[in-house]
Amino acid sequence: MSRRRHSDDSDAGQPHKRRRTSEPSEIEERLESLICRVGEKSNSSLESNLEGLAGVLEADLPNYKSKILRILCTVARLLPEKLTVYTTLVGLLNARNYNFGGEFVEAMIRQLKECLKVNMYNEAVHLVRFLSDLVNCHVIAAPSMVAMFENFVSVTQEEDVPQVRCDWYMFAFLSSLPWVGKELYEKKDAEMDRLLSQTESYLKRRQKIHVPMLQVWTADKPHPQEEYLDCLWFQIQKLKKDRWQERHILRPYLAFDSVLCEALQHNLPPFTPPPHTEDSVYPMPRVIFRMFDYTDDPEGPVMPGSHSVERFVIEENLHCIIKSHWKERKTCAAQLLSYPGNNKIPLNYHIVELAQATEMLYMRLDTMNTTCVDRFINWFSHHLSNFQFRWSWEDWSDCLTQDLEKPKPKFVREVLEKCMRLSYHQRIIDIVPASFSVLSPANPVCIYKYGDESNRSLPGYTVALCLTIAIKNKASNDEIFSILKDVPNPNQDDDDGEGFTFNPLKIEVFVQTLLHLAAKSFSHSFSALAKFHEVFKTLAESDEGKLHVLRVVYEVWKNHPQMIAVLVDKMIRTQIVDCAAVANWIFSSELAHDFTRFYIWEILHSTIRKMNKHVLKIHKELEETKARLARQHKRRDSDDDDDDDDRSTDREDGPLEEQIERLQEKVESAQSEQKNLFLVIFQRFIMLLTEHLVRCETGGIDVFTPWYKSCIERLQQIFLQHHQIIQQYMVTLENLLFTAELDHHILAVFQQFCALQA
Amino acid sequence: MSCSGTLSILRSDSYAELSQYRDQHFRGTRYDQERLLRKSCTLYVGNLSFYTTEEQIHELFGKSGDIKKVIMGLDKVKKTACGFCFVEYYARGDAENAMRYINGTRLDDRIIRTDWDAGFKEGRQYGRGRSGGQVRDEYRQDYDAGRGGYGKTVQCQ
Repeated sequence: MSRRRHSDDSDAGQPHKRRRTSEPSEIEERLESLICRVGEKSNSSLESNLEGLAGVLEADLPNYKSKILRILCTVARLLPEKLTVYTTLVGLLNARNYNFGGEFVEAMIRQLKECLKVNMYNEAVHLVRFLSDLVNCHVIAAPSMVAMFENFVSVTQEEDVPQVRCDWYMFAFLSSLPWVGKELYEKKDAEMDRLLSQTESYLKRRQKIHVPMLQVWTADKPHPQEEYLDCLWFQIQKLKKDRWQERHILRPYLAFDSVLCEALQHNLPPFTPPPHTEDSVYPMPRVIFRMFDYTDDPEGPVMPGSHSVERFVIEENLHCIIKSHWKERKTCAAQLLSYPGNNKIPLNYHIVELAQATEMLYMRLDTMNTTCVDRFINWFSHHLSNFQFRWSWEDWSDCLTQDLEKPKPKFVREVLEKCMRLSYHQRIIDIVPASFSVLSPANPVCIYKYGDESNRSLPGYTVALCLTIAIKNKASNDEIFSILKDVPNPNQDDDDGEGFTFNPLKIEVFVQTLLHLAAKSFSHSFSALAKFHEVFKTLAESDEGKLHVLRVVYEVWKNHPQMIAVLVDKMIRTQIVDCAAVANWIFSSELAHDFTRFYIWEILHSTIRKMNKHVLKIHKELEETKARLARQHKRRDSDDDDDDDDRSTDREDGPLEEQIERLQEKVESAQSEQKNLFLVIFQRFIMLLTEHLVRCETGGIDVFTPWYKSCIERLQQIFLQHHQIIQQYMVTLENLLFTAELDHHILAVFQQFCALQA
Repeated sequence: MSCSGTLSILRSDSYAELSQYRDQHFRGTRYDQERLLRKSCTLYVGNLSFYTTEEQIHELFGKSGDIKKVIMGLDKVKKTACGFCFVEYYARGDAENAMRYINGTRLDDRIIRTDWDAGFKEGRQYGRGRSGGQVRDEYRQDYDAGRGGYGKTVQCQ
């Protein structure tokens, strides 16, 4: 389906692009379309479509061979869910044209090497699987495939390489076996047995320190969450025990057996895995998430067991469909639901049976990882907002008898809070039964301490009144400053004449009053921040000032976490506070009561993301300016034959070079601020957790309270969500913060993280 | 063989494409307008309830990325909400995701519609209907409790 541009003839004289269709590119599009479409819903059978397409392509080979090669290599890489359709097609082409088959195999090997060089490991797996299925189509000779796998498995013998490198080659080998295990074993059983035995010993000796960090639940019942390679190994062992009988994969080539077995096969060239380099980044390990088993859909077709290879194949294919079609939600849904063989498996359970899933996830909240609970909260509240917030809350009334900090009541509270954000307070009161009112969110109103006449004895009360009148009368920043001059400083005996050192009372009076006046909406508050930016900057100049501003914001808006979040965001962006101040504020004792609430962590992660984006932005600016300078040099070099005027070249370069120097400094300063932010966060986590651990030890109480579980998982979350940046700091972290003297509970988190890319 | 090529079926991104609508009040050529639409980070959001708040919009649209600004659409006469708004993101990719996943879903129990906008200019926050609200509410025949009841023309009958 080609995309039509909005071409409009009514505008004269503008460079409107019209699509100039020349024959070759039209044909290429047609070829690509034909190839991509095969295997989709059609009036004819798949076999006759493949036959027809093979004929068309064979006829086009003399003129369009390289284009056809390119398209076929691309579908092998990008449409793995249709792998066997395309291997069959290649098989048919190879049977008709042996040379083409050979060229295709060569092109695939080149593509595989290229993918491995640029760290495209997920796509490389698809290519390996494609090659292995070509054995089934008589394109590649089985012994040469076995030889390639021997080279893969021997990567596990390499010394001084990251485990994740060996893992990938092992995964590429094992995950191809559902497709080609039978054929390879029939032809080369001794070699395969050797490979499998080498596999077993590798899997036994590899370390799995990283696993606890990746598991969704801390309990092994009802479904253990296995490390992905372990799970795959069980599946392959079972497949072998079943004599490699695999019944799920669609194999169109079986229908063409008589044609294909006449074809001549090619040998794969000897394949040496590219060596490990500094720039190699291998995929991270995973834990297999399972929620349903064969007991969950008693009436439908039986769900394949968790160690059956069918389970692996189905899950891979469903993942691939989502990855291919994520931008087109209707197409994606249609593709998922029309998955081939969907009448033989309980497809809905593989994708997810919504209401049952919700119920199951709720029941297992007690052992669910905090980050996963976050996602559950976000998803469920969003889902409810699309379905008029209808839910049978009474089914969950077991949570009402539990302590409010326990996972289930906490989950319900957070969901209701999010639901309120998507609607309004009264709506939430109306939709929950009266018994749930204890879990309902607070009415998001502002708390103004100088509001009542009864508060007139509070220090600063009169100044607050004065300020209120002034602001309502559109006072300028200068007028505000002069009003604030009269506020005494409870901290110091002497401040300088201007009174601009840290004065918590000044901050309190100003911020409380302004936020109260601007409480009507986000826009009002943002305008207020903008209008009085100068006052904010001055009052919050010091680190203590920044911290105090944040404290006052919290005091005013503690009933309205959403408002706190947007105000903090705005204050960072307008540089009233910095990221480190926000981090310190989150770990401060004033916020201890809210420490396990979801909104706090949303604020912290949003803060970290802003910091990261800021560094990237300046870095990009620097690279762009460097590129401009390079282009300038190039231009000068190319048209500078006789002119050797050094002064003019310096003059031209000067401003750009200066800019580059300035940007370089900016980048270094930003990177330093970024590193400092993470160090502050880690430091505060360590302090907080150590305090808890010591208290429990001396008091003889169990360490594992709901608070502790939440806190340690929040620490894990920092590592996992920002792992790429944090990888840069490993040496500092190891030497400065996560040293051997640390309590082993805390050190374990760091060690698990190190193990992820070891 | 390079591994960076893609396929046109995988490039399909119909939810993020421009619609047929072009703002008739836009100052500039069609070409200018489309150029701005293709790089815009601003979305027009329509079919809101008059009671939907900036906070609700921020919460829903914040799911696809950081929001730079929300500008509520106002009745030109009454200066009250009249059922549309603009949402501006910092990054176009976030706006595209809103078009892919938030357009056509519900806010305040109403299916809302998003579309690319060439960029907010002062004055565009006001409805262009004769009575001050949006044009669609002038001629609407049905009763919509969230949008002032019957259309203005019907009300005046």
